[in-house]
Amino acid sequence: MKSKLGFVKEYTKGLWENNPVFKQVLGMCPTLAVTVSAINGIAMALATTFVLVFSSIIISSVRKLIPSQVRIASYILIIATFVTIVDLVMKAQFPDLSKSLGPYIPLIVVNCLILGRQEAFSSKNGVLRSALDALGMGTGFLIALFMLGGIREILGSRTLLGFQIMPDFYEPWLVMILPAGAFLTLGLMMAYFNSIAINMKKKETDKIIEQYKKSKAAKTIEAGA
Amino acid sequence: MELILIFFSAAIVNNFVLAYFLGICPFIGVSNKISSAFSMGLATTFVMVVAAIVTWLIYHMILVPFNLDFLQYVSFILVIASLVQFVEMFVKKVSQPLYRALGIFLPLITTNCAILGLALFIVLREYNFIEGIFYGVGAGVGFTLAITIMAGIREELELADIPKPLQGAPITLIVAGILALAFMGFSGLISV
Repeated sequence: MKSKLGFVKEYTKGLWENNPVFKQVLGMCPTLAVTVSAINGIAMALATTFVLVFSSIIISSVRKLIPSQVRIASYILIIATFVTIVDLVMKAQFPDLSKSLGPYIPLIVVNCLILGRQEAFSSKNGVLRSALDALGMGTGFLIALFMLGGIREILGSRTLLGFQIMPDFYEPWLVMILPAGAFLTLGLMMAYFNSIAINMKKKETDKIIEQYKKSKAAKTIEAGA
Repeated sequence: MELILIFFSAAIVNNFVLAYFLGICPFIGVSNKISSAFSMGLATTFVMVVAAIVTWLIYHMILVPFNLDFLQYVSFILVIASLVQFVEMFVKKVSQPLYRALGIFLPLITTNCAILGLALFIVLREYNFIEGIFYGVGAGVGFTLAITIMAGIREELELADIPKPLQGAPITLIVAGILALAFMGFSGLISV
């Protein structure tokens, strides 16, 4: 576990295997609310990643000083501090984006993805591992939000990141940029990824069964059964 | 009249769950049974109203006079967390049956973004004290309505033959999408 491979794994597991949105179903509120367009999704995910990485670093470095009775409250305070920083910076540097994301930036405080990672990982692991884990989860969140925002933007307003993708004769589906479109798109995407995962698992088990049948061990198991 | 408009706007037209996506976690997590969903809705409504009152007072009595707006998020979340803790102790002391009905849901409410969202919306829209309370009640009723309808549908879904990849979260999200479409029928009813 302490090898170099272990560190790489801490990062990559958040991308797909434990993707926060598709696999863990965490952080749903911002995921659904801001993905009207791809750029909003990216901005939201970057803001969340920033908060996640820095609060993970702080929490993992003071994890032995925090009494376990008050840990949740301390985590929330640390997270809220970083969210305030992000909110003030965005208001100053990107006023348009800040306006279009509205109250969902402050709502990063209660994003269960962030608190969940602190509770499940940073409170038990070292600084470097926690930072990598947070970065991986943030990237996974970015991928999910970009995909969801991209699909909704292409189908709902013909564009991707502001460039026109769909031809003029394509009539935009208004429902995609409405709240209902967010629920439907995410539900269908999750179902699609689930079916891929189920197929992959089936192939794997088929392979193992095949190998078992070939080996002698299988015969004894079969006889035993 | 204004107050009634605010109430219906928060409860139905701009439903917190189905239009603003606030409180999705309990909406998906605790909507298996009608009875527990309804209890969750009541507990949330109660905390929402108290939180609306307390955060309004803190914002207008402490943060604004002392120019401490930047502490808004930190103080709101702290207040909500301790409020939930306090409500839990109070309910436990006063009414055992109510505690048994709501008990396990109360800690979950701290991380319900609908509560913090409510406090932020009240500041953002510059509601006065009374308007804030009505907005809180409306939002709570809307949340209860949405989560109870959802639980009713999911109880029926238990009997249905759902394809395997769709089971669990995906079918819940799709049902929520259809529900959101249905609630869109109310839009234009009130423009607040």
